Amino acid sequence: MAINGNTLATLKRGQKAIIRAIDAADPQVQRLMVLGLVEGTEVEHASSAIGGDPIEFRLFGCGISLRQEHARRFKVAPVAVGD
Amino acid sequence: MTKSSEIRIPANEITVAKRSDASIVVVGNPNSGKSTLFNRLTGLKQRIGNYPGVTVERHIGFLKTADSTTELVDLPGTHSLSAHSLEEHIAVDVIFGRMEGTKPPDGILAVLDATNLYQGLFLVQQLTELELPTVVALTMTDAAEKSGIQVDTAELSALLGVPVYPVVATTGAGLDLLRSAIAGIRDLTPPRRIRVWPELIEAAARLAQDSSEPLRFAELERLLIDGPTESNKGIVSKLSDTARAQLSGVREELFESEPPIARDARIRYTWVRTVLDKVQKKAPVFVSWRTRVTGFFNKPVPGTLGLFVVMAIVFQAVFAWATPLMDAIDASASVLGAAVFERLGDTAFSSLIADGVIAGVGSVVIFLPQILILFLFIILLEDSGYLARAAYLMDRAMRSVGLSGQSIIPMISSFACAVPGIMATRVIPNRRDRIATIMAAPFMTCSARLPVYALLIAAFVPATKVGFMNLQGLVLLGLYLFGIVMGVLTALLMRKTTLRGPKPPFALMLPEFRRPNLQTVMIQLLGRAKVFLKRAGTVIFAVAVVVWALAYFPRSDGVNPDLDSNTAAAVQMEQSWLGRAGKVVEPVFEPLGWDWRVSSAVIAGFPAREVVIAVLGTVYAVGDEADEGTLSGRLKAATRPDGSPVFTLPMVVGLLIFYACCLQCAATLAIIRRETNTWRWPVFAWAYMTVIGYVGALLAFQIGSA
Repeated sequence: MAINGNTLATLKRGQKAIIRAIDAADPQVQRLMVLGLVEGTEVEHASSAIGGDPIEFRLFGCGISLRQEHARRFKVAPVAVGD
Repeated sequence: MTKSSEIRIPANEITVAKRSDASIVVVGNPNSGKSTLFNRLTGLKQRIGNYPGVTVERHIGFLKTADSTTELVDLPGTHSLSAHSLEEHIAVDVIFGRMEGTKPPDGILAVLDATNLYQGLFLVQQLTELELPTVVALTMTDAAEKSGIQVDTAELSALLGVPVYPVVATTGAGLDLLRSAIAGIRDLTPPRRIRVWPELIEAAARLAQDSSEPLRFAELERLLIDGPTESNKGIVSKLSDTARAQLSGVREELFESEPPIARDARIRYTWVRTVLDKVQKKAPVFVSWRTRVTGFFNKPVPGTLGLFVVMAIVFQAVFAWATPLMDAIDASASVLGAAVFERLGDTAFSSLIADGVIAGVGSVVIFLPQILILFLFIILLEDSGYLARAAYLMDRAMRSVGLSGQSIIPMISSFACAVPGIMATRVIPNRRDRIATIMAAPFMTCSARLPVYALLIAAFVPATKVGFMNLQGLVLLGLYLFGIVMGVLTALLMRKTTLRGPKPPFALMLPEFRRPNLQTVMIQLLGRAKVFLKRAGTVIFAVAVVVWALAYFPRSDGVNPDLDSNTAAAVQMEQSWLGRAGKVVEPVFEPLGWDWRVSSAVIAGFPAREVVIAVLGTVYAVGDEADEGTLSGRLKAATRPDGSPVFTLPMVVGLLIFYACCLQCAATLAIIRRETNTWRWPVFAWAYMTVIGYVGALLAFQIGSA
């Protein structure tokens, strides 16, 4: 599955988005899905480490750290600019 | 990954409970407050052991009421019944009753964190399919309410089909109701199946057809999702021949081309979101004070600077706070030893007790203050959620050496002692990553290296000021950095050669900061102190006695009685087995600038490096050198037969390098064996580190003396 456009990796700090499609071939991406990153879930870019990698996302109050390479596999639709 | 089938347990470790006792498992996500609740329910009377063949700790406690005793088994945290890491495999195997030496559970206490219902319900829903009586404890309800989440427990209970008890483990609110529910868990009917995924239920029903044995739905379901893996072979063998032949066809039909785990996750989390809409009164509020603190420390630069500040504070505390306690232990050991000689006279037996047992064990117990302080900080950082953030912040740096952020925790722990550090590597799911971390960990400057460094630095490095720092402190810092660099290079080398493989995965949960629970912290701290003292009481005790015997025997009848006691001791040392061994290997260490006395001390230190100080103390208690009161004074005054000093600067630098590298610790070797399940890695680590230490010391001495 080719994923173009907005992904979790293109979100800015404080931005929220809903996951729309996932390239789940990689077992590491499947693991992230087991942690709750699935289609239809709203996530917020909370912060990043030095160099913008890894990135911390928050979903339903819990934080998950993702590397850039995995964040790119999640296609998203931004919902609103965070406050 | 250790499979349950490889695990063996001696028969005497199998617990046989009284017939009336129920055994239930405590299951929950990592960081769900599970251990705190377990400690609240069972108190301090816990049995801590290991699951057979692995070092995952098995915590068993008992909940006593007026008429029953219920056994509670606290399982490692897990996110799903599809296991990912070693700890998750253990948890899942125990839940399914296929862990050898652990009987199948009679019921489940599911721990659900009210601040993280999303991931919690994903697991709890899977638990309701196990056909076991189940009770849900809803923890952290106070924290959830503060952040604006109110949970409708009645509605949640109705949707899950199991009783839900809100509790606040820190204050004890709600615990009484939960206790009586657990005591009566056998009278509960197992929950009815929630039709989250009807196609899966139908597929499982199809597989169950024609089987001569009753098949559990949850196991069939895992077989469909995970396939016929090693863990699932038990259920495969129970299938009828037709069902076994159909298995791959049924799976293909169910998942088409999609990865099964991905579809499973999507369908269940979609269900979880519908439940959340019904049971959560308000949407989660992201901006609590914790979120603010978290947010500040997670800005890239303040976060990373904060990490360095935290580490600096920890190190300062370990060294500054421990000193008075260590001095006290040292003084008590001397007083005790002297008292033994006073009471029993100068006999072989009193020498064994004073010089062997008291001095040997004392030289290990002296590290207890440092180890306890370091563990206290590590446990506090872990329980407050900061250690996960440290892993997150350091991930990029660790990745550049082929590891992941998760390796930072074992690495930091190894500064106290490589033994718990290596034990901490079990949180790393990837095997290659884990072994590379295990190989790097013994290079970290552990607290047993510190006294050797302290002695040599105090004796041979002048205490001159360099800027605002002391030169002695700088050299010590340099030795710490040297250890880190060597460890990192080792990990890098291994990931590029024997442990070559894909990049390790990195999916790290970042819990919000929370106040650690005192009881949980103390239980963990006591547990680790016990492990350390057990080591001091067994391995080190044996080593101390052996080293003492090597230095004490054979007795020389010909020692001139006119000699003063120091000189007599030194003469005795020279013709003891240890002294002879030192002379035999002297040619090997001669290129490093060591005389037979240093060589003897180094040999004695191979099982436990801290022993070297005691041996140096004996071998240099002689002649002119003995006039110097302190050991460092004696080392400075030590000369070769030709009158030249033994401890020249290049030799001391070489000796420091040798100690920074060499794996002189039987306990570390034993723990590497246990963690990797093969002798290959400890033997390799020992040989590799010894060669590096030797070559490093050789280069330092030869180049420095040229």
